[in-house]
Amino acid sequence: MNAVEIRNVSKVFNAGRPNAVEALVDIDLTIEPGEFVSLIGPSGCGKSTELRLIANLLEPTTGEISVNAKPARQARLDQDYGMAFQQAGLFEWRTVTKNVELPLELKGWDKERRRARALEMLDLVKLSDFADHLPWQLSGGMQQRVAIARALAARPSLLLMDEPFGALDEMTREHMQAELLRICAETSTTVVFVTHSIPEAVYLSTRVVVMSPRPGRTKVVIDVDLGAERNVDTREDPAFFRKVTEVREALRGMPIGGPDDMALEP
Amino acid sequence: MFALSLVLVAVLWALYKWVGPQDGGKLFGLTVLPRANDTAMPHVWEMLSRYARPERRGATGSIALVVLSGAWFTFRLALTGFVIGASVGIALAVLMARYKVIERGLLPYLVVSQTIPLIALAPLVVSWGGKLHIGGFEWPRWLSASVLGAFLAFFPVAVGTLRGLTSAPQPASLELMDSYASSWWQTLVKLRFPAAVPFMIPALKLGASASVIGVVVAELSTGLAGGVGRLIIEYSRESTSDPAKVFTAVFAAAAIGLAMAGLVGLIDLAASRNRRPKDVLA
Amino acid sequence: MRRSPRSIFQAVWPPVVFGVGFLVVWETAVKVFDFQPYFLPAPSAIWAEFQQNTTLIWDATKVSGLNALIGLLVGTALGVSMSFLLARFRLLNDLTTPLAIGLNAVPIFVLVSVFNKMFAITSEVPRRLMVTLVVYFIVLVNVARGLREVDHTQLELMRSYAASESAILRKVRVPNAVPYLFTALKIAAPAAVITAFVSEYFGGSQNGLGSRIVSNISISKNAAAWAYVLGACLLGLTFYLIAVALEGVATPGGVGSRGRDGS
Repeated sequence: MNAVEIRNVSKVFNAGRPNAVEALVDIDLTIEPGEFVSLIGPSGCGKSTELRLIANLLEPTTGEISVNAKPARQARLDQDYGMAFQQAGLFEWRTVTKNVELPLELKGWDKERRRARALEMLDLVKLSDFADHLPWQLSGGMQQRVAIARALAARPSLLLMDEPFGALDEMTREHMQAELLRICAETSTTVVFVTHSIPEAVYLSTRVVVMSPRPGRTKVVIDVDLGAERNVDTREDPAFFRKVTEVREALRGMPIGGPDDMALEP
Repeated sequence: MFALSLVLVAVLWALYKWVGPQDGGKLFGLTVLPRANDTAMPHVWEMLSRYARPERRGATGSIALVVLSGAWFTFRLALTGFVIGASVGIALAVLMARYKVIERGLLPYLVVSQTIPLIALAPLVVSWGGKLHIGGFEWPRWLSASVLGAFLAFFPVAVGTLRGLTSAPQPASLELMDSYASSWWQTLVKLRFPAAVPFMIPALKLGASASVIGVVVAELSTGLAGGVGRLIIEYSRESTSDPAKVFTAVFAAAAIGLAMAGLVGLIDLAASRNRRPKDVLA
Repeated sequence: MRRSPRSIFQAVWPPVVFGVGFLVVWETAVKVFDFQPYFLPAPSAIWAEFQQNTTLIWDATKVSGLNALIGLLVGTALGVSMSFLLARFRLLNDLTTPLAIGLNAVPIFVLVSVFNKMFAITSEVPRRLMVTLVVYFIVLVNVARGLREVDHTQLELMRSYAASESAILRKVRVPNAVPYLFTALKIAAPAAVITAFVSEYFGGSQNGLGSRIVSNISISKNAAAWAYVLGACLLGLTFYLIAVALEGVATPGGVGSRGRDGS
């Protein structure tokens, strides 16, 4: 069973009206369980849109999307995935633990079970000491870790992430990337990850999907065979640099910022 | 600081008494400056000491008790009005947040209502008292005062709550709730309402003071017995013989307003417990 | 920003439908339930009275309106002047702000009964004084905020030019405060009308709208009283719209631009 299947999908916003926007065209993608797939491309290439289609926060104009062999809508109703955004989006009036408990509350879990699972998740992201703190007391990186704990609280098999580390500084970012890989290994989660950063995509993924600008298409899919065990040394491995170059060159030759911008690199 | 500013006002009052014209003054030919004699402007200490003395010659107990019971009466009316008005306002805000059509239809009227003197309706509402019978229920006079208070409190609370419910939650948080397949009501309770609190507190403050104004005005138009408004009218009639008397009631009315504001402050304290200490949106 | 006819229609039909529907329900309810006039007259009856008494209503409006207007003008002038002092002297600001906030919560119009004693019984001055007081605090607090709460970066820039305090005042603080002034006016204008109104309940001259409403009720002419209420609402609305219009005139770049772009 495939974790995610996108078949023949396109997405047009405001279809039929003068301000229609063709965001995605001809998208086909199959993701197997356990994979870490990154979507990368210039601004406006539709990668966030594609993520939201998988999440069933948007409906495709044509084509089908299935998650865990169910229609995307059913997967959402069954809470088969967890989601994380660029802004951690923690509820500022709830403690850290209560924030992690949120999806479990909506699933109707009882109090003890919720709290136990929430604390388990906080342990996973190494924030047990901050269980009763409030969001404003935490740094940006810590808030994101809570957001990840929340996304994984219901133990979904799929994790959808929209540039979750985009608001963090470089050092925190690298640290968080390593943490994310560790967490995903422990929970065996499939991940679809949207990013702007080439090194981030290469470091984290088993496959990188490079997208072209609007209307977004899959330009090329690059396999990243750097092995399952990635760590600090990986970043200095010549194979890593080669992959980064490969991705960069795939992105090159595309207009930066959109089809109207003709500033091309050779 | 507040106490200090009160002292400042008292000082200015005394200063004017000292230098101001005894029988009023003319500025550019218009009688603009108030009379500074003891009848029109009692000394500050006279006003304060008046509390200790009885209401009427021969009556037992100090006027403070009379004024206090009047203030308590009015306060309860204002509180009732505020609770009713705020509840209806919040309920309507939820309805408007849920159904866009209702928001588009009613919101313009709610906004306009804050620019027109709804208080003009006060005498009309109050006149229902004593005349209206619905089935076996006879409309008590004091209910008009509370109804007016509720009516005036309703508008700012509805507008502020609606703003909070719709604009406070972050789009990412709404998407998050969608990703959990959360129902509209679940999202309301878990996200919109808590997020709306910083908007609701100032709205509740406005509602509280509006309720006090409504109740006091209602009391004034009828001389509703038992309340502080009636006392102000009564005492102001005696101001030639007993000039400090009316001030006792005036200060009491002010105290009611402050008490209501303090109540909302307590609500604020309870509701904003977990938030970062920062200024509430004005 | 040109809006499509479709979106204008969408924005307009619900309030129109609700408004018309409300009037219709009101009218039929009065007929069907046979509401007594002392409870709720029918809209048609109110409108009839309004048309009949237009001159009288207009006269009363002029009196109340003039009180509100004078109070508004004087209060604004005093408020703006004092706000400069408040912006300049921190201590004064710290003393005044809690007072202003406290007064916000308090029904200060009860002071009219005190003012009535200070002046002749037929004078309109107590009411004007009351309105002035109410408007003064609203304008004072808002404009002082506008003068004080200037973008920190702009202040640093001016200091790097070794600009004098008065130059900073003229070039940065005052333009920054202008939107605050209009925010204050939009609150103060209706407040002035309301205060002028309510002040009339305390006795004194009986020429204004407030007194007329009360006197009409006392002789059981409720529909006429409602007609005066309508007049009062129109007055309040007019004041508010004038404030909005002034704002539009004074901020040509649109309300959103606070002059920070140097426009």
